[in-house]
Amino acid sequence: MAFGKRAASQQKSPDRGFLSFHNTSEVIKAKSLLEKKGWKVRVMGPPPELRTGCDMVIEFPLVEQLNILRVLEANKVQPLEAVPVDDPLLKPVELFKTTDYGQYLMVRAANMKLTIEKETLEIVNISGGGCPDVPYLGAMLVGKDLRQSPAPREIGHTLCGYALQLAYEEIKRQCSL
Amino acid sequence: MLALIGTVPDKYYPLVSGTVTLKGDCLFLDGHETSVNRGTPAMIAATSMACETLGLSKPFCFLVGDEGVGDGSRKLYEHLKTRLPAMGAKVVTFHYLQPDVDWHNRILLALEERGKLPLLIADAGYMYAAKMSGFSPCYDLFTPDIGELAFLADELAPHPFYTRSFILHEEKNVPDLIKRAFEGENAAKTLLIKGSKDYICTKDGLLAAVDTPNVTTLEPIGGTGDTLTGIVAALTYAGYPVAQAATIAARVNRLAGALANPTPATQVAAIVKEIPKALESVLEEIAKEGDGRCAAKKYA
Repeated sequence: MAFGKRAASQQKSPDRGFLSFHNTSEVIKAKSLLEKKGWKVRVMGPPPELRTGCDMVIEFPLVEQLNILRVLEANKVQPLEAVPVDDPLLKPVELFKTTDYGQYLMVRAANMKLTIEKETLEIVNISGGGCPDVPYLGAMLVGKDLRQSPAPREIGHTLCGYALQLAYEEIKRQCSL
Repeated sequence: MLALIGTVPDKYYPLVSGTVTLKGDCLFLDGHETSVNRGTPAMIAATSMACETLGLSKPFCFLVGDEGVGDGSRKLYEHLKTRLPAMGAKVVTFHYLQPDVDWHNRILLALEERGKLPLLIADAGYMYAAKMSGFSPCYDLFTPDIGELAFLADELAPHPFYTRSFILHEEKNVPDLIKRAFEGENAAKTLLIKGSKDYICTKDGLLAAVDTPNVTTLEPIGGTGDTLTGIVAALTYAGYPVAQAATIAARVNRLAGALANPTPATQVAAIVKEIPKALESVLEEIAKEGDGRCAAKKYA
């Protein structure tokens, strides 16, 4: 049993993130909006690593970042940054791996893989990931034309959805779309 | 009892539990229908088929609808906290759930309070929560792919999306990633790493690597990792030691894939159908070999 790590983990907030904003009124507006939508958020002082924004940040459930950013964007309260609480300097994955299967092309970003048929540009498979919107995104995107399908950021909710968005953008870039 | 826990990508699917019935590509639980084409339903279908082939009782499943918003997962977490410990399951497999460290810890604590923990397997979102919680060593088996292994190896990453770039997700780095994951106490007691080659390892090192049959077109197919987790769950329930169950499962999953003759556009339901034949075939080969060691190439 990992008692040492258990004690340490209680001091941390590994599944929480911070949203930073230009000014206090944006913080208040965002908090109110997110609470109305049912998220558990709270206003805190920013960590020293966050050098931009005002002297308040919002703590939010990190995994649900994609959904939360979409709600804020729709209400014109865009944060300056969204970062993990325990290490605000961590950045989203930037590396992609492309596999060419001849008739098909697969791009992986972090834990998510998107595969298309080259000739028709049909999305034929989505694999990887672990958040519950991954099977949902699979059901919504597989069989669709890459040029007409909704972007994962429009219908996904989690960081896995966000990773799939990166794979989606990269495969579109490679197809010159 | 073998308990399987996860979500269905349908926000209208209620919280239900019990044993499932499979008909074609659909799974029925308590009168509710869902496709087995990916996620937890694919895992449940694979386990059910493997259990039937092994002559075991059907798995007991907990399912709820969740499209990624997390509402269904939280409802299920709350239900599990009171219901799961009292069931006395021998093996519990946690799968696609919204990662939530607080709920994860409450469930683990509730299971611990009953005395000896069941054999615990975690994949997908629940594996992310287990890693973030710092309690990975309480688990008997994690089933990450290469990208998820890099996340386990990165002690700072709260999700695979934030895995640091210097921890490369490349197959050639697998031994280093395994070492980092165990050193950081971010691995379960055994890891089954899914990839072009499947690795089975503990903190003592690599135990086996399975690379045949080599079907390169399996990687793009959504759900092939879910079927692997489902097969290994059934084999541990049958009493195989975890590492041996993982080795056999890797071989069975690959063979089921090969039997489906897949392209990158194949859907996993086609592979699920081949699991009984593949499992029987692999177990026959192992019986001929005398033990399970030849089920995999030993890692030199």
